Amino acid sequence: MRDALRPEAPFPAAARTALADATLRANLRRATSTIRRRRDQVVGEVEDWDRLRAQAAAIKDHTLRHLDRYLAQLEAAVAERGGQVHWARDAAEARDVVADLVVGAGARRVLKVKSLTTEEIGLNDVLAERGVEAVESDLAELIVQLGGDRPSHIVVPAIHKNRFEIRDLFARAMGLPDLAPEPTALAEAARLYLRERFLAMTVGISGANFLVADTGAVAVVESEGNGRMCLTLPHTLITVAGIDKVVPTFEDLGVFLRLLARSATGERMNPYTTVFSGVVPGDGPQAFHLVLVDNGRTRALADPLGRTALRCIRCAACLNVCPVYERVGGHAYGSVYPGPIGAVLTPQLRPDDEHARTLPYASTLCGACADVCPVGIPIPRLLVHLRSVAVRADEASGRLGARLAPERLMLRALGRAFAQPRQFERLQALARVMRPLGGRQGRRLPGLGGWTRSRALPTAPRRSFRRWWREEHR
Amino acid sequence: MSVDAKGRSGKARDEVLARIRAALSAAAPVPPPPPLPPPPAPPDLLERFARRVADYRARVTRAAGEVEVARAIAACLGREGGGRYAVPPSLPSSWLKAPAGTEFVVDRGLGPSDLARLAGSVTGCALAVAETGTIVLDGGPGQGRRAMTLVPDHLVCVVFERQIVADMPQAAAALADAMRTGPRALTWISGPSATSDIELNRVEGVHGPRRLDVVLVAGGPEDAGGRGEGRAPQPPPPSGPD
Amino acid sequence: MRVSLFVTCLVDTLYPAVGRATVRLLERLGVEVDFPESQTCCGQLHVNTGYRREALPMVGNFVRAFAQAEVVVAPSASCVALVRETYPELAEETGDPALAREATALVPRVYELTEFLVDRLGVTDVGARFPHRVAYHPTCHSLRALHLGDRPRRLLAAVRDMELVTVEGAESCCGFGGTFAIKNADVSAAMLSDKVGAILASGAEAVCAADSSCLMHIGGALVRRGAPVATVHLAQVLAGEDNVCGQRGVPE
Repeated sequence: MRDALRPEAPFPAAARTALADATLRANLRRATSTIRRRRDQVVGEVEDWDRLRAQAAAIKDHTLRHLDRYLAQLEAAVAERGGQVHWARDAAEARDVVADLVVGAGARRVLKVKSLTTEEIGLNDVLAERGVEAVESDLAELIVQLGGDRPSHIVVPAIHKNRFEIRDLFARAMGLPDLAPEPTALAEAARLYLRERFLAMTVGISGANFLVADTGAVAVVESEGNGRMCLTLPHTLITVAGIDKVVPTFEDLGVFLRLLARSATGERMNPYTTVFSGVVPGDGPQAFHLVLVDNGRTRALADPLGRTALRCIRCAACLNVCPVYERVGGHAYGSVYPGPIGAVLTPQLRPDDEHARTLPYASTLCGACADVCPVGIPIPRLLVHLRSVAVRADEASGRLGARLAPERLMLRALGRAFAQPRQFERLQALARVMRPLGGRQGRRLPGLGGWTRSRALPTAPRRSFRRWWREEHR
Repeated sequence: MSVDAKGRSGKARDEVLARIRAALSAAAPVPPPPPLPPPPAPPDLLERFARRVADYRARVTRAAGEVEVARAIAACLGREGGGRYAVPPSLPSSWLKAPAGTEFVVDRGLGPSDLARLAGSVTGCALAVAETGTIVLDGGPGQGRRAMTLVPDHLVCVVFERQIVADMPQAAAALADAMRTGPRALTWISGPSATSDIELNRVEGVHGPRRLDVVLVAGGPEDAGGRGEGRAPQPPPPSGPD
Repeated sequence: MRVSLFVTCLVDTLYPAVGRATVRLLERLGVEVDFPESQTCCGQLHVNTGYRREALPMVGNFVRAFAQAEVVVAPSASCVALVRETYPELAEETGDPALAREATALVPRVYELTEFLVDRLGVTDVGARFPHRVAYHPTCHSLRALHLGDRPRRLLAAVRDMELVTVEGAESCCGFGGTFAIKNADVSAAMLSDKVGAILASGAEAVCAADSSCLMHIGGALVRRGAPVATVHLAQVLAGEDNVCGQRGVPE
């Protein structure tokens, strides 16, 4: 089974494919600029935003440092309230636990609410293998599912599709040849398509935005009401969540609820948030299972800088401002977690993956992501850190060595030369020798990758600055 | 702790916790941050809530005190053309004066398809949040089961001035004690159901109620007759652009 | 005041005019300028590409070259950002405690040019004249690493006879990113193409910035397209070197 955290290609190759799709780029540009504008507006309303972010970061750092304690507390609180907690070391174990529970409940169909963690563990495929149909209830997930597609964004999984593409898809899948390509009409079609399914389903599967240790509470943040349907109407509810989703106290939850919607959809608050603990007699599901998933998270936890990525609350603000994401979209990252956060999360969750190691290089280090991150993850710093982890890993493995050797040898030699003024000056003389390659006439040079495809090389001057200084100024 | 039939989960639990402890073995303790000081209460909680809830296309109907709630609710139902509305068993009967063409159905465990045939539901709330125009239902008296406020297409919710807090952290703090006592389910509602999944265009009304009416009552639920506070009843504002 | 110029390896080697303009500008403002000749490169390319260990000798060289400096000024936001953000820990990693102490002491004395002009000298009008239509490109490191804020614009606003034009999406990255432009050349080119399109649409005769590296990138595309827009460093505008606009693309 495909591991949703292992990219099928190195980032530059996947990005090249995505760049060739002009519709995709137009869709992404329109969508990300809309959401950026909305976010800036509602974040600007909150006077103490920076203090709030710092508070959220501090709560997460504290929680992660004492994660074992809070998970145990969470488990006890859920059990006290009539729920059952299950643990999974990896994706395979997680999907087996969930599939066993679904089959045990006698369901042939389950209702799902958008959940990255269930994408991460490849749940739908294993359910299908065991004869269970998973019905995605989120509008975007429905678009993705009906199109046999993959999500390309953390919050808006079908951001890569425009209204006309969605219209064509719905018209085919729902048998509605006259459907109008208007968001209102498309949303209405989804409402009618899912309505019957909601009312008849016996098992629901959700993710969680937050788990609260002191109350055993699960928070699910959504907009459409499909989440409420899924969390309320079925008899049995299974929630799948990464171990990084826990916060210590119910009071802490308030801090994150103030940050999340503004960062994610640019709303002051999303339309619906359900917060429940265990089984509430006579209200909602009467059987509740919480599946806690590691799947590489404890590896990230072991790295003092790397663990800051586990503060992430999946708001996707970093995707929406990233100039690289805006050009290539989520699929190019090859992981269920795309964009800048994916570039620091994926290689930590799968440190042995050679393609994942190319993700930290998928950034110009422009810093837009760090500016908007509501939990203050120092993404550019992490990217640089993970690049050096990748360099060391390549060095140690020896496998990629062949391809990267010229780069490594060159940078090592340059490093040594640049540390000595005399050798540095000799290299400057070399730049002068290459002078004819620069300027408008300078054409494609194989050694310089794609630089010369769209850019001229600079023309080296006759005299370096230091020679001018020595000869004329000093 | 829980162990499923195969004992698999117990083994996984021990191993995940052991991995966590190993990963953090060299890390210094990180203390929890002191709680943020509460923000200075904005002087106009009621008005701010009214503005914010209206921003997200909920309709606001004012009532000068609890005695006016029945009239306000009836006005909301009348605007929608009446029909059958679900109410929780614990809703004060003084709120319910059905206008012509409207009937109240007490929810004593209506099934999803029964609920789907109703025009809407009427409830109170646990509290409301001014900054975001959010209403929180916690299943307490006058609020009913979650399904009741979800399946029918129109929700009328009564909010008293004294139930309004400033922001999310204050709301969480106010609900925390109750959450610590036992199983509980909260629904935080900010405007009608919506989606932005198509080109980031906001479309109201997907699976939850497509129309949200808020009856905003001066004072608190216990002082029936909020006119005592000297507030003049205000005419209902024109209905929102929906 | 005596300033030690950290000219940066790129300016030293490829854009000496930017270094000369920086010297002239500072001297005109009454500052004594020194150029410690043992300086080479801050190591940014290495550090940002993941070759941290290989960068350490350069870190040592930089710290020793400027250890005695009263104030270090560099015409590059990204080099100053690297020094400020990572030198204390990089110096620590050399395993030389004396070097680590010197690095920590040196960092607060290192300024980007506009920071030095506005914060240390307290000037915003440097008395320059630059009779051209100019687009200012706020580089990522100016904006989001050093938080230069409105310093460059305040300096530019005081330049005589210059028209500052607005560029759509001015604050978005040009796509350079050091080795990013090579390793992810296609994405980089797509970003650059949008940036250059916006600059051309602005009607500017010249584009200026606080980093020669980004200007090299933008200039590379302008030259390749044969576009009539020059790239000039902020220091050149502030030194009033309006002759650079006669050339196309790469000023040298």
